[in-house]
Amino acid sequence: MSKYFLRRTLILIPVLFGISAILFTILVMAPGDPFEELATNPNVPPEVRMNLRAKFGLDDPLPVRYARWVASMVRGDWGFSFVSRVNVDTLILQRLPTTLIVLGSAQLLAILVAVPIGTYSALRPYSIFDQIATTLAFIGFSLPTFFTGLLFILLLSIHLDWLPFIYRSDISATGWRWYWEHVRQAIMPVAVLGLAQAASMTRFMRAAVLDVIRLDYVNTARAKGLSEGVTLVKHVVRNALIPVVTLVAIQIPTIFGGAIVTEQIFRVPGIGSLLITSILANDTPVVMAVTFIFSVLVLLSSLAADMLYAWLDPRISYR
Amino acid sequence: MDERDIHGLIADVRASRLSRRNFTRIMVGLGLTAPLAAQMLGAAAVAAQPRADGFTPTRRGGGGQLKVLWWQAPTLLNPHFAVGTKDQDGSRVFYEPLAAFDPEANLFPILAQEIPTLENGGVARDGKSVTWKLKRGVSWHDGKPFTADDLVFNWEYAADPATAAVTITTYRDIERVEKLDNYTVKLAFKNPTPFWFDAFCGARGMIIPKHLFQAFKGDRSREAPTNLKPVGTGPYRFVDFRPGDLVRGEINPAYHVSNRPFFDQFEMKGGGDAASAARAVLQTGEYDFAWNLQVADEVLKRSEQGGKGHVDIATGGGIEHIQLNNTDPWKEVDGERSSIKTTHPFLTDPAVRSALNVLVDRGAIHEELYGRLGQATPNFLNGPTRFRSPNMRWEFSIDKANQILEAAGWKRGADGVRAKDGKRLKVVFQTSINPERQKTQAIVKQACAKAGIDVELKSVVASVFFSSDVANPDTYTKFYTDLQMYNVGPGAPDPQTFMSNFTSMEICSKENKWARRNTTRWRSEEYDRLWKAAESEMDPAKRAALFIRMNDMVTQNVVVIPIVWRNSVSGVSNRLKGTDLSGWDSYLWRLAYWYRQS
Repeated sequence: MSKYFLRRTLILIPVLFGISAILFTILVMAPGDPFEELATNPNVPPEVRMNLRAKFGLDDPLPVRYARWVASMVRGDWGFSFVSRVNVDTLILQRLPTTLIVLGSAQLLAILVAVPIGTYSALRPYSIFDQIATTLAFIGFSLPTFFTGLLFILLLSIHLDWLPFIYRSDISATGWRWYWEHVRQAIMPVAVLGLAQAASMTRFMRAAVLDVIRLDYVNTARAKGLSEGVTLVKHVVRNALIPVVTLVAIQIPTIFGGAIVTEQIFRVPGIGSLLITSILANDTPVVMAVTFIFSVLVLLSSLAADMLYAWLDPRISYR
Repeated sequence: MDERDIHGLIADVRASRLSRRNFTRIMVGLGLTAPLAAQMLGAAAVAAQPRADGFTPTRRGGGGQLKVLWWQAPTLLNPHFAVGTKDQDGSRVFYEPLAAFDPEANLFPILAQEIPTLENGGVARDGKSVTWKLKRGVSWHDGKPFTADDLVFNWEYAADPATAAVTITTYRDIERVEKLDNYTVKLAFKNPTPFWFDAFCGARGMIIPKHLFQAFKGDRSREAPTNLKPVGTGPYRFVDFRPGDLVRGEINPAYHVSNRPFFDQFEMKGGGDAASAARAVLQTGEYDFAWNLQVADEVLKRSEQGGKGHVDIATGGGIEHIQLNNTDPWKEVDGERSSIKTTHPFLTDPAVRSALNVLVDRGAIHEELYGRLGQATPNFLNGPTRFRSPNMRWEFSIDKANQILEAAGWKRGADGVRAKDGKRLKVVFQTSINPERQKTQAIVKQACAKAGIDVELKSVVASVFFSSDVANPDTYTKFYTDLQMYNVGPGAPDPQTFMSNFTSMEICSKENKWARRNTTRWRSEEYDRLWKAAESEMDPAKRAALFIRMNDMVTQNVVVIPIVWRNSVSGVSNRLKGTDLSGWDSYLWRLAYWYRQS
């Protein structure tokens, strides 16, 4: 087991190199430059822009720039943003907690919604409850998050005026009010992300439970007199969760993608909105760092999924 | 009445022999507008009258929190590194210049005791020096006094190429900044400088403290901790900054204007998009102020129905215009197209140019697309008002275009496109991607088709179009098409650099990596001479006349077709007062005077 883990971790290293090389090449080849805003300002002569480009090494050939990026990255130096002239790690650390809180709560919400609903739907297939759950699930995963986000804003903020639609990282209240304000402003982004995620997860959960519930060992469990609750939790749900865990892991990249859009809509100061503004500003060091973090998170989550299998199903072994 | 007579009248006004009102009346009688007449007086004096303000607070603070939205948030807080206006605005909360520019582009003293003029001896007669007297008793947020040393340092700091300051051009051409005493500095210029109010004034003139930055001049400029934690003289002290997200400040209890500012806390939130920012101020009232609402006027009007706020417009000099290429964009000479060694096969024909000029329906573009966000104009140089030409008119007439082309021998072919000597009137018209621009392109194309000019439209992503990428053929400075359109403005309340867009010294070419301003590649010795003369002309009225002449030359010769004079639009809560937005300075130039009506 630990040998397997070690091997998987070691494979990550060349994979990350590959990813970073591809990312870097695409970014550098993309047109534009970080000082575009200066271009239309008549008070800033073009040579100022040229000097800045030269000073920040933007005019060097691609292999040189990539080698320099890798060399400093290995030393733990993430470089600095061309636009804000702030170190990239400072920028990211400022924003990472917000993203993790929002994404974590969304994922938690998705699981809390999907597992019970999926299971119940499978226990009573084609009942009214199942029909409604299925319909909602289809609506949920056919609507993109940016659309549901706007719908939520229009309904809950503008028409009903219940929730704020601008996420603030500096709430001045103290004590309980502080928590309440944070929860209030997080409701919409978390709901948008979590429900989209829950929609497809419900379907998966339902299918998985349907598969398992017909199996002989479930009948055996019932026959030997176990209560329905114990049968369900210990024998049905636990086994049905295996494909769902894969799904959660596989969907992590999707949820990051959704988070980028959602963060932009609700002005959540997370790394997703940092990524968008940096891409628009052609701020290569920041874009590289954020996409790199995303790829690390994706790789780690697939590794974590494999590890979870072993815990959920002891029959799976690793060599 | 000629220029000299007008001078005489201005002198009469100054000597109180003639009232301002009568002067204005005479000027209006001559066909000038009243604001223009007022500007002529302003031009002579430059310094603003003390501004009347309906609100006189009796104590500092007590206003609670001021919440503003900048949908593009500041990414840095050092005014010398400000990449865009958003960064200047973020810095302006904490830093201040000696003087700001009011909506009429007059100087308003902030850290200066008074505005230097010819009369008070601050501005030298030969225009080679200017002496500023600093306000006394001003201290930085950390308690250290603000003195002449700080000004000298700012000049050294920004003018040093190793600092990589964006403000370098403002300070580089100053020969010397000399400290006469602790509260007096003298700026010496190499040449007569009519635009002496560039350094230390307005959004590019914010002053940073010497004692915190002196160790970080030149190559180490990026390492200064104060880059992210500003210590200024402004109405608010620094609390927190997250690049691209948030700027927070608290009241400066030692601010140098008594009983100001009104608010206790300041918060600038960033991110998102302009439309939802408009909604947060105009419709839900969640925020007090929103910056630069570049969305269709229709959307703004709908949000305004929420009744919580209104749209406020500041007029600068931004001009959305079409440029005509004077060189041949389709022939490659020495590795570049649109080379100065070529001439355009038909766009250099005055008939084609004037036909195009009457084929742009400015009225429709203004009314249908821009609404309150701009106004139709025949001029390239629209502001400050004292430099605006009263001589030009615009018109839209397809018949007239047809007549002009017909008379010049451009005959319609079988396909309806006009041709002459085997040259067909077929042009490629490029611009950046932006809904208003694509609609404008369509309006122009339609009108041109009716006059027998075939227009092919091309749109380029803004980040490419405005980039300085030498390898990319689609940038606006390469101008590898016949026509192109974008918005450009003087950015400063002086048109000298702005009008260099048409001088032959500034022609873009491969040799200078297309890093120049003259994209149309138009050349005129007379224009060059006028521009050079304006550079050192110290008489404001004569100088204004020079710029008006330059504007008339480029519009009469249809070097460019001005379309819409664009305004900057902000959303302001109905309870927020005193914003007095200026198109010539930061949105926050009067932040210390903002207040909320109870």
